[in-house]
Amino acid sequence: MSNFSVGFRSGSSVEVLDLNGELDAHTASELEAAIQKCRDEQKHRIVINGANLQYISSAGLGVFMAYIEELRDSGGDIKIAALQPKVFNVFDLLGFPMLFDIVDTEKEAIEKFGVTQADD
Amino acid sequence: MGRSTYSLTVPSSTRYLEAVRSFVEKHTVEAGFSNRSVEQFKVAVDEACTNVIKHAYRGDEACKLDVSIIIFSDRCTVCIRDEGQSFQPREYHEPDIFELAKKRQAGGFGVHIMRRLMDHVEYTSEGDINEVRLTKYLDSHNQNGVG
Repeated sequence: MSNFSVGFRSGSSVEVLDLNGELDAHTASELEAAIQKCRDEQKHRIVINGANLQYISSAGLGVFMAYIEELRDSGGDIKIAALQPKVFNVFDLLGFPMLFDIVDTEKEAIEKFGVTQADD
Repeated sequence: MGRSTYSLTVPSSTRYLEAVRSFVEKHTVEAGFSNRSVEQFKVAVDEACTNVIKHAYRGDEACKLDVSIIIFSDRCTVCIRDEGQSFQPREYHEPDIFELAKKRQAGGFGVHIMRRLMDHVEYTSEGDINEVRLTKYLDSHNQNGVG
């Protein structure tokens, strides 16, 4: 049984992915499938809402690493919001804040794409 | 010096990682570690087990891995034991996330995370048995993240 799920919320120009549960080497494929779905639907601007993400290991971080260049090459990005401190700290250990925009709120993450939530 | 040992054996499959983390959480909490240290143990042990499952056993779910937690008065050591392909730590290089992103590479940070979170990380191989030992002290001054 998987203790991880991804919810999708579509705005006009930004796709928000709500991550729930624990992201490890077993569940990372579900995040990968979610990001691939966005890519296949030409939704290259992705906000990750991590408010309900309870745990992450390097297998989860690796999914972001594997897709970030491709999404940026397509004019998009992955911006990460609302991480719990214990989860943010794993991102921080590997220096992810140098490679990704990691912000406190989903609203800030959407605004980083140059749109306001009212627009979206 | 008194000590307690707890052991768990699971099949070599990522589906058991959650059970391993629960096992580590239960015993490190009981040993008196802070929430921060408990989270650090969970991540480090997860990384060690994931490496065994993916690299030592190469996804063969018929294999088993043993996780033992040894609680001392001043520290805890978690031993992860396997009989697969041994890991050569001297061949390991620190990851460069910018380089890995360019290569669209999804892995290669597990050992780095273990070393950052634990006070000691030791690898041994004797005969067919490989072991990684992850040690953290109760009064650890390791201020690296997580938790």
